[in-house]
Amino acid sequence: MRKFLKANIAMAIMVTAVTAQAEDVEVLHWWTSGGEAAALNVLKDDLESQGIGWTDMPVAGGGGEQAMTVLRARVTAGNAPTAVQGLGFDIIDWAMQGSLANLNDVAASEDWDAVVPEALQQFAKVDGKWVSAPVNVHSTNWVWANKAVLDANNINVPSTWEEFTAALDKLKVAGITPIAHGGQPWQEVTVFDGVAMSVLGPDRYKAAFIDLDESVLGGDDMKAAFDRMAVIRSNVDDNFSGRDWNLATAMVINGEAGFQMMGDWAKGEFLNADKVPGKDFECFRFPGTTEQVIFNADQFMMFDQGGKVSAEQAALASAILSPSFQSAFNVVKGSVPARTDVSDEAFDACGKKGIADLAAAAKSGNLYGSVAHGHANPAAVKNAIYDVVTAHFNGEYDSATAVVELVDAVSIAK
Amino acid sequence: MADAMQDTAVRTSRTVRILIYLILLLFGLFYLLPLYVMLINSVKPLNEITGGGMMNLPQALTFAPWAKAWSSAQIGVDPTGLSPYFWNSIKVVVPAVVISTILGAINGYVLTKWRFKYDKILFGLMLFACFIPFQIVLIPMARMLGLMGIAGTTSGLALVHIVYGIGFTTLYFRNYYAVFPTELVRAAQIDGAGFFQIFWRILLPSSGPIAVVSIIWQFTNIWNDFLFGASFADATSQPMTVALNNLVQSSHGVKEYNVHFAGAIIAALPTLLVYVVAGRYFVRGLMAGSVKG
Amino acid sequence: MSNVDFKTRLQNWLPKLVLSPSLVLVLVFVYGFIAFSVYLSFTDSRLLPSYGLVGWENYSKLWRLSHWKTSLTNMGIFSVLYIGICTCIGLCLAIFLDQKIRAEGVLRTIYLYPMALSFIVTGTAWKWFLDPSIGLENVLQSWGWASFEFDWIKDRDYAIYTVVLAAVWQTSGFVMAMFLAGLRGIDNEILKAAQMDGASNWNLYRRIIIPQLRPAFLSAFVILSHLAIKTFDLVIALTGGGPGRATELPATFMYSYTFSRNQMGIGAASATIMLMTIAAIMIPYLYAELREKN
Repeated sequence: MRKFLKANIAMAIMVTAVTAQAEDVEVLHWWTSGGEAAALNVLKDDLESQGIGWTDMPVAGGGGEQAMTVLRARVTAGNAPTAVQGLGFDIIDWAMQGSLANLNDVAASEDWDAVVPEALQQFAKVDGKWVSAPVNVHSTNWVWANKAVLDANNINVPSTWEEFTAALDKLKVAGITPIAHGGQPWQEVTVFDGVAMSVLGPDRYKAAFIDLDESVLGGDDMKAAFDRMAVIRSNVDDNFSGRDWNLATAMVINGEAGFQMMGDWAKGEFLNADKVPGKDFECFRFPGTTEQVIFNADQFMMFDQGGKVSAEQAALASAILSPSFQSAFNVVKGSVPARTDVSDEAFDACGKKGIADLAAAAKSGNLYGSVAHGHANPAAVKNAIYDVVTAHFNGEYDSATAVVELVDAVSIAK
Repeated sequence: MADAMQDTAVRTSRTVRILIYLILLLFGLFYLLPLYVMLINSVKPLNEITGGGMMNLPQALTFAPWAKAWSSAQIGVDPTGLSPYFWNSIKVVVPAVVISTILGAINGYVLTKWRFKYDKILFGLMLFACFIPFQIVLIPMARMLGLMGIAGTTSGLALVHIVYGIGFTTLYFRNYYAVFPTELVRAAQIDGAGFFQIFWRILLPSSGPIAVVSIIWQFTNIWNDFLFGASFADATSQPMTVALNNLVQSSHGVKEYNVHFAGAIIAALPTLLVYVVAGRYFVRGLMAGSVKG
Repeated sequence: MSNVDFKTRLQNWLPKLVLSPSLVLVLVFVYGFIAFSVYLSFTDSRLLPSYGLVGWENYSKLWRLSHWKTSLTNMGIFSVLYIGICTCIGLCLAIFLDQKIRAEGVLRTIYLYPMALSFIVTGTAWKWFLDPSIGLENVLQSWGWASFEFDWIKDRDYAIYTVVLAAVWQTSGFVMAMFLAGLRGIDNEILKAAQMDGASNWNLYRRIIIPQLRPAFLSAFVILSHLAIKTFDLVIALTGGGPGRATELPATFMYSYTFSRNQMGIGAASATIMLMTIAAIMIPYLYAELREKN
């Protein structure tokens, strides 16, 4: 028994020793594809030039679902990574658990309060404490179109729903799949973001999805939004179910399909295929949402490492917010910088438009969190909405039933 | 036992036999199909794959995808390929298989040759443990590993696999030893042999077939595990399946299907090898052990 | 004298002593965790375990969720078909392989190898194979069978059957091995005697051989039901639970509520119901099995 105790103590000492002398940052993330990894390497090199090692902990799968499971296990085991990729309400939830570090010192010395848009601060600053370092701002209410296909069918960039449906009809007649879509719940709700905003308008979008007002969730406008989803459903090909989003983008790139409604990360696919914005493809806001920006932001949550922010953790947070990284990373990723004072010089036409839209929307109060990407409501409600939207899109029930189900599902999840 | 290994005495006519061969071959094709798809597409250049023709033979044979998957494919931010993770898997699998098999053998020995009151209930408890869905143990297990100071290590992972493997290994050995003549044990006892001597000298030497079954079963289950590996490993101990998943599941950019398939086959090679080499003992072991009750 | 006494006492205690480490592990890591999970199902746990008791609330919420019911229906369809088909195919292949087949070793290895692969490995290949635009449908159409259609994986009502297909592919060979082992253990003298009496092959199998395979049937049932309950990565790899939520199973349901929806309480409630179902099936079986051997 004594031997056993001794071994245990020795082990405990070893563990503390390892933690104490570690000068590495361990980063849990799900950015495993070539482009994303290249972007992260910018960060890694930056830290390594300061003598800080980067221990990489990638866990891909399900848009971060798998990584979140791992994170729970790690936190429960008392072995949390230094920094973890996080989205929207997940960050708030972890902060509420008391698991995140307080970055106020770094934030104050670099004046994050002034440069990060307020709507974004909601998800990075909890109870007056900076807990997480925002990397970028994505936006979901984009439509991507193949310019050659539009030109060949005499279609101008549509600015209203009616023009949009007319364009879809033209493409259908021409034998081209009007809308490229991948049938996975998160993609369906990404489309729903823009559709709901176009019908409800910003005020009732907020009432429905952020305040969870049942009269709006179950109202006639919501039914109209589902009706538009049904129209979109009738304009996708038979084979959409389960398709990855990038394969749907490829259909637009190859001219097999006319439009895709997808977040700005789709741009990376066009650029990879050597397409030029404005010449080969068009990017425009979903018809009826030109003023609004529905956003989601990737951030790195900083986990509490025994009560204080280590020099390495602070260096990582500061490197993430540095204008040079923000520019370099977002040019690659298709998103726009999370701080408003970064020059748009390195960005292409769509990127410049994204930066301008974000600034304008932030100023006019038209910046809203995305339902699909966990910036409108917590995970439970988000997934409840997923269930209804995806069931409706896959023909399980009609729009009238969908509205009833939506109210019910949200009330269970609340 | 081994001498009972013989084909049936049932006689069949010529036409029936031809039919049987046909059916057997058809099923062989069915089983081979996915492997064929993986193999054939792992030696094609990417443009041949995206050009269509899943079943077509490669026009330009290339082994570059294999080399890339093993040593230079991007897993996260580092282009390390699968090789470092391969060794992590070995570090988990070997101790876990050995220890769980030994524990299973000893448990089987006790439960059949040293019967005591309530031994069946204990066995039932162990056996029922095989059926719990692993998802429910993730959080409490993480806490336990943290308390023991082995969170995020290969030894921690090995412990997890030992715990959830004991039920099956005990089942195999218990059923095997149940038909082993107890008189031999009693005779040895009268001669003054002790508990471990009997196990070591009398039961163990004839345990080959069932040990093979237990090892194959444990090896494949542990090697193929994803859930525990993903949840309890940290950056230095992630096993092969987690790395493969990172390679295949990348969400963005060009999907290099040929590299994915090559990686998948590399990840599967050890278990495939075990089945091909030890397959014949497997049926023999099953027959001697788990099937006869 | 007392020395000898000690030795015999030790010999008496030794068996229990060597059994105890395994027992402790199982009690803590299995039954302790089950108890913990049942307890969580009565709490307000969301992101991480928390200990505010809420009574039966999680259970009543659970039963209001339509896709919990979908996942239960799927589990019913899946396990009946999977266990049934695997047993049939396994038995037939074993009987055929038992007829002094040339190259038996090769065939046996081919039938068995899928068991060695996880769906993390074969998932992509299966997805391709079932995808109408590049898989079987496309290949057969390009070979000239223009009217051939196989788009189950895209169809809400049929997708669960593709999950069955892939699962059968993986384990039916293993079941074959178990039956083959059973067949090899049957005494040929009895068969010869029956043949002398003029029994047909059909009757030989129906009356004599298959009844003797009872232990093999039971082992197959245990292994298959255990695999059916744990079916998880297969669904994730093949359909991701889709189209919509059409191929959700209790295991994937529980996982998503516990780990990605931050509703750990509901996840734990579904786990408890799953465990009770398993217990309801397994305990009578274990009881009968263990009692019989007395």
